[in-house]
Amino acid sequence: MPLLKDGRIVEDHWQFIGDDDDIPVQGDIVVSFERLKNSIEILVMRKGYLGVRLDNDADAHDLAPYINNLALIALEFPAFTDGRAYSQARLITTQLNFTGELRATGNVLADQGVFMSRCGFDAFEIDEHQPPHLWLSLANAMSLAYQKGYRARAGFSPRAVVASRVG
Amino acid sequence: MQILTANRLVDGDVVFLTGNYDWSIEINDASIARDQTEACRLEDIGTKADKSAHVVGCYLVDVVIVEGRIEATHYREIMRTKGPTVRGDLGKQANVYGSGGLRSGQSPLAAQNHHEVQQEFAHVSL
Amino acid sequence: MYRYDEFDATFVRQRVAQFREQVARRLEGGLSEDEFKPLRLMNGLYLQLHAYMLRVAIPYGTLSSRQMHKLADISVKYDKGYGHFTTRQNIQFNWPELKDVPDLLDELADVEMHAIQTSGNCIRNVTADHFAGVAVGEVEDPRPVAELIRQWSSLHPEFTFLPRKFKIAVIGTREDRAVMKSHDIGLRIVRNDGGDTGYEVHVGGGLGRTPMVSRLIRAFLPRPDLLNYLEAIIRVYNLIGRRDNKYKARIKILLHETGKQEVTRLVEKEFDQLKKQNDAVSPAEYERIAAYFQDPAYEDTDFNLDAFDEKRKQHPQFNLWLNSSLSEHRQRGYSIVTVSLKPIGGIPGDASAEQMHGVATCAEKFSLSEIRVSHEQNLVLPFVKKQDLFELWQGLKKLDLATPNVGLASDIIACPGMDYCALATARSIPIAQDISNRFADLERQHDVGELKIKISGCINACGHHHVANIGILGLEKKGVEFYQITMGGEAGENTAIGTVIGRGFSGTEVIDAVETLVDTYVELRQENETFASTYSRLGVTPFKEALYATA
Repeated sequence: MPLLKDGRIVEDHWQFIGDDDDIPVQGDIVVSFERLKNSIEILVMRKGYLGVRLDNDADAHDLAPYINNLALIALEFPAFTDGRAYSQARLITTQLNFTGELRATGNVLADQGVFMSRCGFDAFEIDEHQPPHLWLSLANAMSLAYQKGYRARAGFSPRAVVASRVG
Repeated sequence: MQILTANRLVDGDVVFLTGNYDWSIEINDASIARDQTEACRLEDIGTKADKSAHVVGCYLVDVVIVEGRIEATHYREIMRTKGPTVRGDLGKQANVYGSGGLRSGQSPLAAQNHHEVQQEFAHVSL
Repeated sequence: MYRYDEFDATFVRQRVAQFREQVARRLEGGLSEDEFKPLRLMNGLYLQLHAYMLRVAIPYGTLSSRQMHKLADISVKYDKGYGHFTTRQNIQFNWPELKDVPDLLDELADVEMHAIQTSGNCIRNVTADHFAGVAVGEVEDPRPVAELIRQWSSLHPEFTFLPRKFKIAVIGTREDRAVMKSHDIGLRIVRNDGGDTGYEVHVGGGLGRTPMVSRLIRAFLPRPDLLNYLEAIIRVYNLIGRRDNKYKARIKILLHETGKQEVTRLVEKEFDQLKKQNDAVSPAEYERIAAYFQDPAYEDTDFNLDAFDEKRKQHPQFNLWLNSSLSEHRQRGYSIVTVSLKPIGGIPGDASAEQMHGVATCAEKFSLSEIRVSHEQNLVLPFVKKQDLFELWQGLKKLDLATPNVGLASDIIACPGMDYCALATARSIPIAQDISNRFADLERQHDVGELKIKISGCINACGHHHVANIGILGLEKKGVEFYQITMGGEAGENTAIGTVIGRGFSGTEVIDAVETLVDTYVELRQENETFASTYSRLGVTPFKEALYATA
């Protein structure tokens, strides 16, 4: 899956480590929330950045004890019509005050890019059939939004949501 | 016996797969599957057609042949081949019976009476 | 009424342009139907039995004459010359072509209208009391807050892919004309002892397969907290509402399974967080919106009661119409007029282009160019001077819109049913037409009095059959339509869900059955008793006996 960040395709230097895989000595790794909980002592000792993949039925508040150790949180859209990760993203960025990479994975489509960005996502594992220019042109299609508190994260699109006004 | 039906993407009209692998708005143009193998073949065509930008929501429909004409058996499908029973002047039935209504000489109000239209559905014992 | 400013206008235009691009991508094959369907639904576009159907929002049920004229024009240009008013203050066009829909939406935008979020698993068109602003005993006009919610919920980034659709209704009176308690969230405007305006918050109402009456989770929510509280409710629902079964995905099921207490606790907890982090509703923004809903300049009218009474005597039909169509106005000399979209034997809620133009013109002449749409699928003229009533009646009569049956047996709510709807299991409209024809004698209807008959063509209950005096649900059994009757439902302040009274009927039998129920009531009623009160006094037994005894 190509990774879209800051409006362009970037190299994905993160490696997902399954629950039964050995933890590599170095490099940036993403683990499941189970593994994060169970192996946090080991994980924070190693070199390289740490990320977690959170299931979309998990309570995002449970990440609170670990939030300062995390440089990436990956949330999942099993189907693009399953919108739980929007609320998880919102909790993670506004209540846990996470500022690292928040990545959208799964059925991630360009038509929902602006919604994701405004809920706090800043990295997108995108479908090969939907190139970055489509994402950007869709993001630019709507320059207004009513919800004041939901600002697109920097770098997503220069024009998306420049004005807003309600609650 | 079964035929393959769908709605046309561009305008939503009800269409039927013909023997030429084309889609027709007229049920009598439909290609009929007379056995399981044929039905499976139609279904495969439907699965492929659903991915196209031509029709939407392909599925098989049970039909019978009455006086040489293809007719759906379920009331839902009969309505799809005719139009709303409460507006005989609209849908495919309007083309068949002319823009004046379900039958010539019928007032628009009478055309709204579903008993008139129900006679068209008599063989499914509505 | 509310007028778009540049922000609103640009927002809607951009949305149309975006949809135009999505339609183009779909037609070129760049989007699959699976990907496109949720996008078109969020713009109100369904694919129905015979064609596409576009559902256009009439936010909180308020329309200007200019907008109504436009709806009529659109019905001619892009459809087949008519529209269908629904139970949720929308109008549906039954025959638009996909390729034309972006143009149609642009024309709607010309009159400050749209089809945003009239479908899909998002926050739907916000509805309100259709007598808002003119109702007697109103704490406050519910429309400013409904407009605020409309704006806040439009393309809400977090709440666009909820477990299921989400409906909000707002009322400002004790009487509930908006089926508020059958909504996911129902708000009633109240004033506390300190004189502050706030809201009762009712959550978890809904009809459908598992009908439920909403529960009060907050008796007084101060106005500034409204949007944060809504955000808290919907966030909790989005995160823990069920998604494994679409029939168990509404918030009513969450309330039922998780419990009102626990859901309330979670909502209040989230609300406490949100209050710290978000702004409250800005008084300036609320006032900006509310300014559009000020009372008009009412006139002192020189109403001549004697002349009026003379007219009533001369024209019994006019008299009959007055008796059923008028509601009390808060301003002396004015009336609220309900315009029946239920001609005898007609299709409930349908209006031809000619009728739409006609009503719009009547409103220009007699109702300050304003029209309301009621959930009972009728229209309302909210500002009619009593002195103009006779002339208005004559105008409506010419349009076949003066049937004196509002609130009576033939004022039937009916969903489109299988004549149009892809989800339906049976037809609804023909049943409504036959019942209407059976009670064609209007004197008889007036004698029978207030009666709510509501018909749905499938379990989704768009025809509100659960909350009717006589509810009819159309189902299929072995390839044939059949109809179940429920009784004891109510839609107002004391909302109650009806119960099925026995085995179902064929489409022909059910008409006789309804007549039997009505005759039974007429026989058993005491003086001044409505159908509903006779039913609550006697229960279902005598009705059941009358229906099934001979069988």
